[in-house]
Amino acid sequence: MSTLDDHILVLNNVTKRFGGLVAVDDVSLSIKRGEIFALIGPNGAGKTTLFNNVTGLFKPTSGHVILNGKDITGSKPHEVARLGIARTFQNIRLFDYMTCVDNVRVGRHVRMHAKLWDGLFKLPAERREEERVTEEAMDLLRFVGIARQANQYARNLPYGQQRRLEIARALATEPKLLLLDEPAAGFTPQEKVELMALVRKILDRGVTVWLIEHDMKVVMGISERIVVLDHGEKIAEGPPEEVRTDPRVIEAYLGKSA
Amino acid sequence: MRNRVAAPPRSVWARLHLRERIRDRDTAIYGVLLLVALVFPAITLYTTDGSTYLIAVAGHAGTYVLLAIGLNVVVGFAGLLDLGYAAFFAIGAYTYALFASQQLLASPIHHAYHFPFWLMMFVGLLIAASAGAVLGFPTLRLRGDYLAIVTLGFGEIVPQVFQNFDQWTGGINAIGGIDQPTLPAWVTGPWAGADSISIVAPFSFSFDPIAYYVLIFILVSVAIVLVNNLQRSRLGRAWMAIREDEVAAAAMGINTVTTKLLAFAIGASFSGFAGAYYGASFGLVSPDDFLFIVSITVLVMIVLGGMGNIPGVIVGAVTIYFILNWFLPLLPPAVESLASSIGLGSLNSRAGDWPGLGNETQNVTLLLFGLILVTMMLLRPQGIFPSRIREQELKHATAQEDEAAIEQAHA
Amino acid sequence: MATSVSALTRIRSARLAGMSFTDYGFYVLCGTAIVLLATQAVIDPRTFFQVLDFGIADGAIYALVALGYTMVYGIIELINFAHGDIFTLSAVIGSAILGFFAVNESSFSLADLLTLLLVFPVVMLIIGGINVTIERVAYRPLRNAPRLAPLITAIGMSFTVEGVMYLWHGSAIIHFPDLLPHGAGFQTYIGGVFFTFKDVFVIVAAVILVSLLAVFINGSKLGKAMRATAQDRDAAQLMGIDINRTISATFFIGAVLAAAGGIIYGLYFNNLDYHLGFSVGLIAFTAAVFGGIGNIPGAALGGLLIGLVKAFSDNYIGSRWTHIIVFSILIAVLVFRPTGLLGMRVPEK
Ligand SMILES: Nc1ncnc2c1ncn2[C@@H]1O[C@H](COP(=O)(O)OP(=O)(O)OP(=O)(O)O)[C@@H](O)[C@H]1O
Ligand SMILES: [Mg+2]
Repeated sequence: MSTLDDHILVLNNVTKRFGGLVAVDDVSLSIKRGEIFALIGPNGAGKTTLFNNVTGLFKPTSGHVILNGKDITGSKPHEVARLGIARTFQNIRLFDYMTCVDNVRVGRHVRMHAKLWDGLFKLPAERREEERVTEEAMDLLRFVGIARQANQYARNLPYGQQRRLEIARALATEPKLLLLDEPAAGFTPQEKVELMALVRKILDRGVTVWLIEHDMKVVMGISERIVVLDHGEKIAEGPPEEVRTDPRVIEAYLGKSA
Repeated sequence: MRNRVAAPPRSVWARLHLRERIRDRDTAIYGVLLLVALVFPAITLYTTDGSTYLIAVAGHAGTYVLLAIGLNVVVGFAGLLDLGYAAFFAIGAYTYALFASQQLLASPIHHAYHFPFWLMMFVGLLIAASAGAVLGFPTLRLRGDYLAIVTLGFGEIVPQVFQNFDQWTGGINAIGGIDQPTLPAWVTGPWAGADSISIVAPFSFSFDPIAYYVLIFILVSVAIVLVNNLQRSRLGRAWMAIREDEVAAAAMGINTVTTKLLAFAIGASFSGFAGAYYGASFGLVSPDDFLFIVSITVLVMIVLGGMGNIPGVIVGAVTIYFILNWFLPLLPPAVESLASSIGLGSLNSRAGDWPGLGNETQNVTLLLFGLILVTMMLLRPQGIFPSRIREQELKHATAQEDEAAIEQAHA
Repeated sequence: MATSVSALTRIRSARLAGMSFTDYGFYVLCGTAIVLLATQAVIDPRTFFQVLDFGIADGAIYALVALGYTMVYGIIELINFAHGDIFTLSAVIGSAILGFFAVNESSFSLADLLTLLLVFPVVMLIIGGINVTIERVAYRPLRNAPRLAPLITAIGMSFTVEGVMYLWHGSAIIHFPDLLPHGAGFQTYIGGVFFTFKDVFVIVAAVILVSLLAVFINGSKLGKAMRATAQDRDAAQLMGIDINRTISATFFIGAVLAAAGGIIYGLYFNNLDYHLGFSVGLIAFTAAVFGGIGNIPGAALGGLLIGLVKAFSDNYIGSRWTHIIVFSILIAVLVFRPTGLLGMRVPEK
């Protein structure tokens, strides 16, 4: 029995329906502080939908989302971000016509204090804050390894760097929990290795990571615990080796490909 | 030799970084605009023998520059299409007109108010901003073009409301005799005034185009500085983030509803501010001054100038204003004199079905304006001076296309 | 501010018996309108049905114009500001052709009737060609440009078309011959309500045209291509649909309906000017939004309802309030039913 303190996020019986379709079906799970937690499942299993329910993009049809012991079910996306959950998107959603450094500075938004008047009249406090935030943004770009592209437009970056930029932007919100939706999709093996290193570095910053990933090698390589979703239902949970041999998991994947 | 090592104290001149700045396109545009704005009155006064007509035109163009800067906040920064921007303009103008003329004497409250312009300018601003917030509050969650349609509807309703409540506003008879701004005695000094110590008459704008030109120049300059500040602030980035991807912006912790509401209200406040100035400078406010065509004109100005880029938007506003109010009206006489000078003077007089070259040119101006708009937009889909980002993007895209074409040719 | 905003959203998302707050607002609005009108119908049925008759005829014309807006919007998401002027231009051209053949109301013969019947297809073809050209010249090159660029060329095209008519006729009233049979033999009182042949003609013509359109959209290959393109242009292209041709066809059909509307307008009201399309276009566009923009039956319904709203408001409230009423209803509908009466509710991605 672990105490509540160990868990940063707890989902209790979360269900999401779209009309007749049950995209997430009564899923309960809990994520420990400081772990790398993985969510896998065949296409259309409801993984992204589960993320959307956690981050406030959707309101669960029923069930509860508890962050640090606080019920955040149905909070708006910006409230969730303020409370300490950041995310990336499966189909990268950067601010295309903004520079990389501006993308990351937008991530700092929620931790900044400047009000309308401060910005309108460029008051000294606002200037200092802007300088500080620019520094922090550059640090984050360095952290993910794209500092040289700082003044390029997000949409002009190559694919892999866009994924990194999205992670930097999410980290800028100072999350306690970072949700990564298929961060290694479309990566070469070399890039995947680099990404795994980056995820470990993120963990070292004290950020808990929850990721969706299809590549079992990546999942095995970095995560301690895995939950498997199929047709919205949780069908398995446990350490990678155990999950991999679970007959229900094999059936879910094989049944899909057969 | 050694004392040479110490860097010479840098002159003020060097510290301005003039060279680097001029290389930056936007700064160069600001520089040219500033120069033109300063030199223009002197030149017109000199060349037209002291006629202030063109200065008056320029003063009115300034109103549109203010409007364009404000609409740019809504459309260019936050990406919200507003097709009823003139409504806020009307609200600002009527706020000033009602409380700075004899109008309300004939209304049910039987009392005329004469609040000073300097106060009413800010009241107009606040009321327009509140109207923007009130309209935006229930409608800003609407997606994309539906918002545009709500604003279009609002823009249709407001002038009609001012027209229909004629007990208060005089309806289509308009409000005339609107007060001119006066400078308070502590600015002009004790020697200006009705007292026995007065030496000169109290200073008043009294339809002096040069005074208005100075006023609008100051207002526009202040507006440029403030909006530039906003663009480079936390709020400005939030607007652009929403413009680019609203879902991602929300996931980054931006409260999209209040942020959009702020864009709407701030855009409206510029319009209200401009409205008060408009009321004062014309001395007459009528519901017809704020029809859909005004909203459309301002939108055309900012899209054509280069949405999101403040200097571009100003250039767009000035260009369109002068095409509409100077180039097109002056075209018929110009064509007539051209015809006379090349020996086709006979075309100028009417004969049978032919209305005369001047009249025919007059008839063709609407068509001409339409064609100018279409042509300019086709030539520069991004606007005359797009924000630098977009321009580079465009170059990048064409370079890629070229590469693709080369590849195809080789394949 | 922030708290009140979230309070509002909370109210909005609150659900009672499966309906949201906005649904209730919408039904309350509709209910109130129906009750008010029903009261009028009971108090003075004669006036009521007279107004109803006029409203439907007027609405039928708006419906024809609204269809063009909705089709174009549905397929390229452009508010085609020039559409109202295309409508006016068709009446102007129709009147010119009739004038050329010296057809006028004073001596109307069988041959003239034939001319009138020929005017419809001829004007439809001309206007269709003009609209396709406009798309080709002013919108197609901007298909990948920033979203607002084609909007501005549409405004420019609106000025251009109006400019052509201004050059042609100036700001004078343009007369369209009053050719529809009228007078003693072609009007009747039924239960005290005055019906004319003109009203019937407008309504029947509109119904026929809308039905033809429906059959075309649902049945023909091109119609299917149009629907597919409207739904997902890229996917449609992958399926081998010629996007450019489909878009041209949409502009053509939209213009054909507007041309029919223009001639019918001319036959019904007999007077117009170069600027008419501006106000008719604005109202028709409102009608399209009202019904759910991009939705074809919605545009027809919206046109009809706007015609009715205008007629009732003119009669019961006063014509100077009509403009305010029409656009207030538009805003209210969008607030309470953000995608119009028949518009789809797109799920948030
Ligand atoms: N907004 C929505 N409205 C209706 N249905 C939706 C919506 N979002 C997702 N769905 C449906 O919910 C199911 C789960 O989708 P989801 O995107 O969560 O799957 P996933 O596990 O992330 O799959 P993938 O591996 O392809 O990303 C799918 O059947 C999808 O069609
Ligand atoms: Mg997914």
